[in-house]
Amino acid sequence: MQNDTLKRRSFLNYLLGGGVIAVLAAIGFPIYKYLKPPKIPEAAESQVTAGTLAELQAAEGRYKIFRFGRKPGIVVLMPNNEIRAFSASCTHLDCIVQYRPDLNVLWCPCHNGKYDLTGRNISGPPPRPLEQWVAHYDKASDNIFVSKGEGA
Amino acid sequence: MPSIKSVGLRLFDWVDDRVQIKALVDYMAHKSVPRHDHEIWYYFGGLSLFFFIIQVCSGILLLLYYRPGADSAYESVQFIISKVQFGWLIRAIHSWSANLMILAVVIHMFSVFFTRAYRKPREITWLTGMGLLGLVLFFGFSGYLLPWNELAFFATKVGTGMAGVVPLAGGFLMKLLRGSDEVTGATITRFFGFHVAVLPALFTAVLTVHLLLVQRQGMSEPESWESRPESQKRRMPFFPNFLLRDLLVWLIALNVLAILAVFFPYGIGPLHWDLGLKADPFSSPPAHIRPEWYFMFMFQSLKFLPAKILLVDGEVVGIIGFGLAGVFWTLIPFFDRTTEKGRRKRLYAYTGLVAVMFVLVMTFLGYILD
Ligand code: HEM
Ligand code: FES
Repeated sequence: MQNDTLKRRSFLNYLLGGGVIAVLAAIGFPIYKYLKPPKIPEAAESQVTAGTLAELQAAEGRYKIFRFGRKPGIVVLMPNNEIRAFSASCTHLDCIVQYRPDLNVLWCPCHNGKYDLTGRNISGPPPRPLEQWVAHYDKASDNIFVSKGEGA
Repeated sequence: MPSIKSVGLRLFDWVDDRVQIKALVDYMAHKSVPRHDHEIWYYFGGLSLFFFIIQVCSGILLLLYYRPGADSAYESVQFIISKVQFGWLIRAIHSWSANLMILAVVIHMFSVFFTRAYRKPREITWLTGMGLLGLVLFFGFSGYLLPWNELAFFATKVGTGMAGVVPLAGGFLMKLLRGSDEVTGATITRFFGFHVAVLPALFTAVLTVHLLLVQRQGMSEPESWESRPESQKRRMPFFPNFLLRDLLVWLIALNVLAILAVFFPYGIGPLHWDLGLKADPFSSPPAHIRPEWYFMFMFQSLKFLPAKILLVDGEVVGIIGFGLAGVFWTLIPFFDRTTEKGRRKRLYAYTGLVAVMFVLVMTFLGYILD
């Protein structure tokens, strides 16, 4: 009989323990999911307008930050008047980079990170190069169009 | 007419008759506080508590006008400081007291560390204290974003970016904080929720345990007292002597706070909180971007780390390093168990000194290398 009671008791303990775990999971799982923001579908823009050449020429540091979907991008007017575009999100901790004509680098003021004008990280903490995008100048409208891949 | 005193006594008896509070008063009357050369450090815990009370009161006042959101946060803070009568003062008090509170907590923590008051039986008090320090830093970090100005935006971008490089949990942590892939209006909503609901609730709970432990165990005695006969130990009663001194310190703090807030409503020198420009997620950060002073040492250390350390990204090494140091510091009472034998090891004091020097030097460099 003794044995039976023990068995019954440990059975009840398992039931209780399992029940508690189930309740906690039932509370915890929705909360965990709720905490993660839903994915907002990004309008699949393949190309955006980064501004006009006139704007870029007038800009103080000869660069302009523009918006590509939800990400910031940068267009740079190089000394030889070539236009280049990059992702502006620093690969270190996500600050926004800028062009420094005096040093001829892309510079991140947050921790003094530097990239050359192909986007390669050359000094400071950034661990990876900046993604280079494709800039395309349309003379007729004076617009600079930027797309991400080669294909556009 | 009965005198106020007799009415008071009768009221006390009336309550005591029902809930027996005399025992509590007796307990307070018998409690004593050691008197010695380093007793000044005993005031910093109480001072931290004082600033917390100020934060709660001024924070609730700010809540009457503050409106979270990317289109309203900046505008509402501007409204508070320019249109609301004494709004500038309330914001100045909240900002000054936030900085003074963090300073008081940090001093309190180091004084406990160097007097080794964390020794048995006060390990739990130390752990709750470290919890409070973490919460107060998070208070500062979350509050900093709320005005949604340029500096706040980039400081939060970099700060949450740091959470993002934590191995394994990083991606989740960063989204949890930002409420999105980027720092946006969703981030303000979350930080606001943390700042005015989650953190105050947690802080109050942990603080209650912390204070109960302190009351229960009494003040720690200096190590030099261990070999002293009882007759050579000077003490003063907690109630009313120590409490009155504590109140005097609070009064001084209130005056200092009032003077700072009235004469320097936007801070002094590098310690300032001018509203500046509204945050623009598609603009370059101001050239002299930097975090609040209490995060400066981490910020500066990250600048010194190279991109790669033995194939691992520099900032990952940095985050893991600071994380491990924090865990070690928190668990110090369990490492430093030398006093029971009466043998003093200087190792932990030196560790502490190295930590303090590191923090001071990095903070200093952060301000001058700009
Ligand atoms: C229950 C307690 C608290 C409430 C209800 C509260 C509420 C608020 C509100 C509404 C704001 C936005 C208004 C503004 O930016 O001026 C704010 C900002 C801020 N809070 Fe708090 N707060 C509380 C506690 C604390 C604590 C304990 C700290 C301590 C470290 C703190 C630090 C800050 C900071 C640094 C700001 C930014 C100030 C600025 O630049 O304007 N708060 N708080
Ligand atoms: S975020 Fe760009 S260097 Fe750190």
